[in-house]
Parts: sequence; C-alpha cells; structure tokens
Amino acid sequence: MEKKKIKILIAKPGLDGHDRGAKVVARGLRDAGFEVIYTGLHQTPEMIVNTAIQEDVDVIGLSILSGAHMTIFPEVLRLLKEKGATNIHLFGGGIIPDEDKEKLYQLGVGKLFDPGTKISEIVEYLNNLFKEK
Amino acid sequence: MTIKEYLKKFEEKDERILAKIITMVEEEYKESEEILRYINKKIGKAYRIGITGPQGSGKSTLIAKLTKRLLNRYKEIGIIACDPSSPFSYGALLGDRIRMNELFLEKGVFIRSMATRGSLNGLAYKTKEVADILDAFGKEIIIIETIGVGQVEVEISNLVDTTVVVFVPESGDGIQILKAGLTEIGDIFVINKSDRIGADILFYELKNLIEISYQNSKWKPPIILTQAVNNYGIEELEKEIVNHYNYLVENNLLEEKREKAIIRELVNNFEKEILKILWQNEKVRKSFAEVSKEVLEKKLTIEEGIKKLIREVKYDQ
Repeated sequence: MEKKKIKILIAKPGLDGHDRGAKVVARGLRDAGFEVIYTGLHQTPEMIVNTAIQEDVDVIGLSILSGAHMTIFPEVLRLLKEKGATNIHLFGGGIIPDEDKEKLYQLGVGKLFDPGTKISEIVEYLNNLFKEK
Repeated sequence: MTIKEYLKKFEEKDERILAKIITMVEEEYKESEEILRYINKKIGKAYRIGITGPQGSGKSTLIAKLTKRLLNRYKEIGIIACDPSSPFSYGALLGDRIRMNELFLEKGVFIRSMATRGSLNGLAYKTKEVADILDAFGKEIIIIETIGVGQVEVEISNLVDTTVVVFVPESGDGIQILKAGLTEIGDIFVINKSDRIGADILFYELKNLIEISYQNSKWKPPIILTQAVNNYGIEELEKEIVNHYNYLVENNLLEEKREKAIIRELVNNFEKEILKILWQNEKVRKSFAEVSKEVLEKKLTIEEGIKKLIREVKYDQ
C-alpha cells in the first residue's frame, strides 16, 4: 500500500502563546505540497495523539518554546506507543539545548530544528524521510 | 495486516483502523473497492447534517458547539471538515480543527479533515464515501462541513439530510441574498455573529426571500440568530434540526431524498468514468489533437471543432 499524499500534524503544546513559528512552518509545508493539519495553541499530548490517529497523519511536528520539551516529547512518544501508532514520525522545533536534543534523539524523536531554520531544510528533511520508505 | 483483518478490527470499533480505512478509500488504494462493498450494506443508520457558508462565517465553531450539545443525546458523532487544497502547490492547510479543540478528548467524537484536492464543489472528492464509512462504523450523527463557499457550491445538499446555511451580518444586502445558489439549498438558515451590526436587516431580507422562494414547499426554513463562540442560539439550532428530521420522516421524504442522492452519485461517477475511458482511447486523443490544431489555426470555430469531434467519436463506436 503506497501513500500518495503526506499528511503532517503541526501542533503547539504547552501554555505559552508563541505560535508564529508553528504557523510559518505549517504554511511553508503547505506550499511545499504537504497536507498540513494545524490545531492551534495549548494542545496536550493526549489531544495531539488523538488528532494524529484520527487524521491518520504520517508525521507529527511539535513546536515547543516553553522549555517543556523533556516532558512533552517523551509523553507523545509514550502515547503513540500505547495506541499502536509508532509508525507516525515525531519531529519538532523550538528552543531546545543540545544536551536535551541528544537525549530526545535517543528516545526516538526525529530531527529537532532550531530557531532560524529555513523552511527548505525542513521540507528536505521530510522529503528524505519518505524517500527512504 | 490483510484487508479482512482490517475489516474485523473496524467491526470491533478500533478508531485507528477506522482512520486507516478512510485513508485507503481517500487515496483510492486497490483495497478501496472491497471496503466500499463491505460498508455498503451497513449504511443508512446515521443522520447526516451539512454545514455550509462563506469563509469565516463560523461553521467550525458552530459545529463544535452543536456537537457538544448533541453529545447529551448521542454517543457517537462523526465530523468531516473540508478545507481547500492549493491549486499551485497541491498542498493544504487544514485548520478547521482549531475551532473544535473542546471536542478532541470527547469519546465517541471522530473528526477527519479532508483537503479538496482539486474538487470544485466545496467538498473533498471522497466526502460521501468517508461519510458512509463513519456511518458503517456506527456514528449516529455525521456532520459535514464544506470549505468556505461562494454562491455555487451546492453539492452538499445532495449529500446530507439537513442542510444548514450559515451567513454573517456582512454577507450582503438584499440583492446578494436574491442571487441564486446558497439561499436555495438551506433547510435551516443561521445568521452567526449576530451581535454585529446588520444582523436584523439580513434577518428580515432573508425572511422575505424565504417566504417567496419556499412558498411551494411544505417546509419553511427557519432563520436562527446565533453567536457560536458565546454558545448563543445553539439550542435553537439543535431544535430546528430535530424539527426538520421529523418533517422528513413524517412526510416520507427521508428515503426519497437519500435515494435521489444515490442515483445522482451514480450518474456523476458514471459520467466521470465514461470521460476517463474516452480520454484513454487512442483515436479520440488523436482526433482531439487534430481538431485543436485546426481550431488554433482558425480553420474551425470551437463549436465546429466540437461537432467534428463528436462525429468522429460516434463513428468510432
């Protein structure tokens, strides 16, 4: 079964209201031909995973600037596993220190992008992800 | 997993499998045919509500509030939210869910966003099929939200039992309302954001119009003033949907309406397939290339070109 259209959930967990980055990325991915679901601010891991499953997305991208990345990424991973949806790729962006990045990579989180990343880098990353498969 | 196993899990109400099955049908996997055949015998139990109206009129918010209310009486609700695909990148930003956050953790509520992928009738190509899948899965109510529509995207009314048309006070004056299209398909009209200036004027203009254009109809569409974000008017909307349902049932119109919709779907898809077959025909493509050259060289008008093409296609058969 080969998939023609790649669906991506861009979600903004946490209590802060800094959603510009998530919106720019969502828009940029749309322009790159992806189908992007954007669910707005203040998403809990449960909401994110529920949405990802109902929408049958291929990828979840989280934007975290609040410092809660060490809680939220592992929790999303755990819920994906619990619901048997480990085929969904999880990546993200935000202000994440390198040492935390390493830990998250080891848990199985995909690439974590820094502020200032070009959209084209993210697009290339996602395209490569599906070329391999 | 084989398709049999998928369908077994579908039967067991596995939401993840429901989502996967929708994808298979939306993407026209080869399994799609078997899925649709399986589902075909199980549809018809759900009541289908369509919500349409211009961009920014508050359709998604209205659906969120309405669904919250309906959850008092129904356990299983499915929502299909259509948003447009870009005609340039073919990508899409599906944002209807933002307004439905309060439903994300409601058990029994399943929301699926669909991109139009080139469809121009205000709905995604496989909207009907996805509604059927939700129906077969056991959803009691299915709500379908169109993209933000202009005046001509009226297909939704063929897909659902009750069509709700949502306007806002800025939707226009009497002349806009008199124009054909949206104002002819509503079973219920909603003026949302009714705290804004102009709501009362629109109300009376709409009322006048409905009295004229629905004078031969037994059902007179009600007009409801709502403020979806404030949860105002939602109770009345629910009540009128129930009234419309009762009207359809008491007058034996529900089955008739659904049968008509199926035949329409049959015609539409038949025509689509015929076109596909036609374009696959080598001779047709050749004659088309010749005729288009002649038209470009002004040897033939477009009308003459078409006549010539039709002669050749007919002769071919």
